[in-house]
Formats: sequence, C-alpha cells, structure tokens
Amino acid sequence: MNVLDFMQSFFSDGSQWHGYDGIPQRVWEHVQYTAGALAIAAAIGLPIGLVTGHTGRGGNTLAFLATGARALPTFGLLVLMFVWLGLGIVPVMIPLVVLAIPPVLITTYEAIRTVDPAPVDAARGMGMPEAQVLFQVEVPAALPLILSGLRSATIQIVSTATIAAYVSLGGVGRYILDGLYQHNYEKVAGGAALTALLALLVLVLFWAVGKVAVSPGVRTRRAA
Amino acid sequence: MNGFFDIPSDLQHSYGGLIAIHLQEALVPVLVGLLLALPIGLLCVHYDWIYGPVLWTSTVLYAIPSIAFFVVLIDYTGLSQLTVMIPLCLYSLVVLVPAVVDGIRSVPEETNAAASAMGIGLARRYLQVQLPIAVPAIMAGLRVAVASSISLVSVGALIGNQGGLGNLLTTAQLYGRPRLAVTSVVTTAALAIVIDALLVLLRRVLTPWEPPSGGAAGRSGAATTAEDAATRTPEGAS
Repeated sequence: MNVLDFMQSFFSDGSQWHGYDGIPQRVWEHVQYTAGALAIAAAIGLPIGLVTGHTGRGGNTLAFLATGARALPTFGLLVLMFVWLGLGIVPVMIPLVVLAIPPVLITTYEAIRTVDPAPVDAARGMGMPEAQVLFQVEVPAALPLILSGLRSATIQIVSTATIAAYVSLGGVGRYILDGLYQHNYEKVAGGAALTALLALLVLVLFWAVGKVAVSPGVRTRRAA
Repeated sequence: MNGFFDIPSDLQHSYGGLIAIHLQEALVPVLVGLLLALPIGLLCVHYDWIYGPVLWTSTVLYAIPSIAFFVVLIDYTGLSQLTVMIPLCLYSLVVLVPAVVDGIRSVPEETNAAASAMGIGLARRYLQVQLPIAVPAIMAGLRVAVASSISLVSVGALIGNQGGLGNLLTTAQLYGRPRLAVTSVVTTAALAIVIDALLVLLRRVLTPWEPPSGGAAGRSGAATTAEDAATRTPEGAS
C-alpha cells in the first residue's frame, strides 16, 4: 500500500462524504478558519503596509516586527493560547494571524515602496491629493506583488490551520490527527490530499483575482 | 525555578539537551536544503523553462501540512528525527530556490562578461563570481527558511516526542503544567531571534563591500527581499 492507495480508499468510502465528520463539513470548517484568519491579518497588515510604503518610513521597524512575529513558533503559540484561554476559536486564530501578518505586511510595504516613482511624481504634479496618489496610482501598480503576499499568507494559513484539530476543533486537520491516533493512514493521506487541494484552489483563486483586478497596463509591463 | 525548568524525566533530556536537539532538527534540514537549492537554482537560471514547474512543485509540497507529512513518512523512516527533518528540508526549498535564482539573476551582465573575458570557466564563475554577489539575496531567503524551520520542529512533538522544545508543549498538557508551554514558546522564539542575528552577522562578514549598518532601509532590508522571495510562486515566474 502506498500513499496513493490510501488516498483512493479514503475518497471512495461513501460514509466519508456526509455527517458532521464528512468531507464537505470539514472542508467548510477549514475554509472558515482560513478566511477568518486571512481577514484579520489583512485588516492589520494591509493598512500599515500601505501607509508605511507610501511614506517610505518605518521600514526597519517593520523588518524588526516581522522577524519577531516569524520567531514565534506557531504550534507552541497554539498550545499556549489553548492552555490559557481554553477551548474555542480564539486560541486557533491568534497563531494563524501571527503567522500571516509578516508576509502581508512586508510584501505590501515593499510593493508600494518600489513602485516606479515617475507616475507617482506625475500624479502629484497634476495636483492629486496623497490619498488619491496612493489608491489610484500606487496601489494599482503594486497590486500584483500585494496579491502575491496575500496568496503566500493564505497558503501558509491553509496548511497550518490543520493544527486546529489538535485543540479539539474541526477542519481538515481532524482527519490527519484522528488518523494519527487511530493508526489509520487512509485518513491521514486523505486529509493531506484535501489540504493540498485547498492550497491549489487558493493558487487558482488568486490567479483569477489577478486576471480580473490587475490593470492590463501593469500586467504587460510586468511581463516585459 | 517555579516549575519553568523542571523538565519531566520522561522526556529524557535536560533543558539544554532539548535546545540542542531542537537546533539540530531545525538547522540540518535548511543546510541540506541550501546545498540542494544551489544547483537547482543554477539550473533554473540556465534553463528558464524549468523554473515554473520547480516552483509549482515546491509550492504544492509546501502546502502539505507538516503533521501529515510526518505521519506519512513514519512508514518509511520510523519515529525518528529523520521523519521530522525530511519535510523541513523540502519546505526550505520553496524559499531557498527563488532566493538563489534571484541572487544569480542580480549579477550584472558586465560582471559575467568580465569574468568570461578573463578566461574564467563556467564552474569557477558560478562559485567565485556569481555566488558571492548573490549572497545578500540568498541570506535573505535563508533567514526566512531558518525561522520557519525552528518554528515547525515543535510539531514533531505529535509523533512521539520528536519535536525538541516542542515536546514541552505536549508534556505541559499531559501533566497540566502550563509553565512548561511558556518555557517552550519563549525559548523557541529566543532561539529564532539569536540564530537570525547570527545570520545577519554572517552576511556582513561574507559581504564586506556592502554598507555595514542597516542605514539605508532599502539595501539592508534583508527581511523584505526574503519575504519577496518567499512570496514568489508559479505565476510570478511565467
């Protein structure tokens, strides 16, 4: 039996597809954790990244904060928060948000800061207020990089949200941990495959968003 | 010390011993990853078309959760440190390969031409001309890879106490001693910061021609380039 056989028998088992431990339910829970953590991380990381990138100040502070956030062990933080705060969604969200903020924050800062200064100066010369310079010139030009930061954060969250199962919550990680404790490798392989599929879905989703949201002018310049 | 450093005997290691194991399990994979990434990166620069597929593959591998990776590997490598180190090595590639590629690409064309004109062969040009110039980019990637590796080792605690300092986390729950979890998290974070500082120091030693202090946020912003490299995935390459 190799991993592929395990996956096949996992997905072909009909009982796996409904009920509170069914694949749709677990995937839905996983998507909820991911979306929640990404939303919080973006709500913190994007504004700070945009403002610091626009003013060009605070780069060293950001790098310092990002190093600190990256140094915090995700799994350790989860267990610690669980021990302190008890059962619930908050102990899971905190480590996931800490994990996702550095890529969002740093990439946004870097994306805005490295926008070609010529159009930015032109916009200022035409009398655009700073807010418009940021949102109508810098953000559209920086969008591909900003999206790549969000995508990287999302993939890390999708993969890491599996540890929610360790503190009694749901998500695809349920299969992996239950499989580990029950010595049922079909479940483990199935859970891993589901996570990888979700990650691929994230890649496709961001690719589609990029196609729709990134201005054609920016896209051709980037390809060149 | 109020229970912060009373390590239960079933872990069979002292506090220092756990730190040593943790470092070993975290750093050896990244080192192997770097040794793999150097030739892979060179190939990707020479044959542009393989860069896309290489990035896709490493991104999908990266998306597989570490616990799942560990459990699947148990069949082959048992409950050993190797089981923890193999996935960590693969994860490090997703950051290190783009870092190496960016580094080599950052070498100015004139420099390559000058090297050729001086009769330096391809192998020597790579080792003695391109790699030194690529050091800042590679180091930036190395910092991200090492930080995530140190964090991920803890998860190994779930497969039979193979997680270095992470073992304290499972023990903390088992015996209801939250202070051990605090010890684990604080020590792991401290390790990550110390190693990161050492890497910054190493970069300064290896690139004496770069401006010494982090004066200009742009050039020295190693973290920024690293994050940039970490976020580069398939579509960025195409």
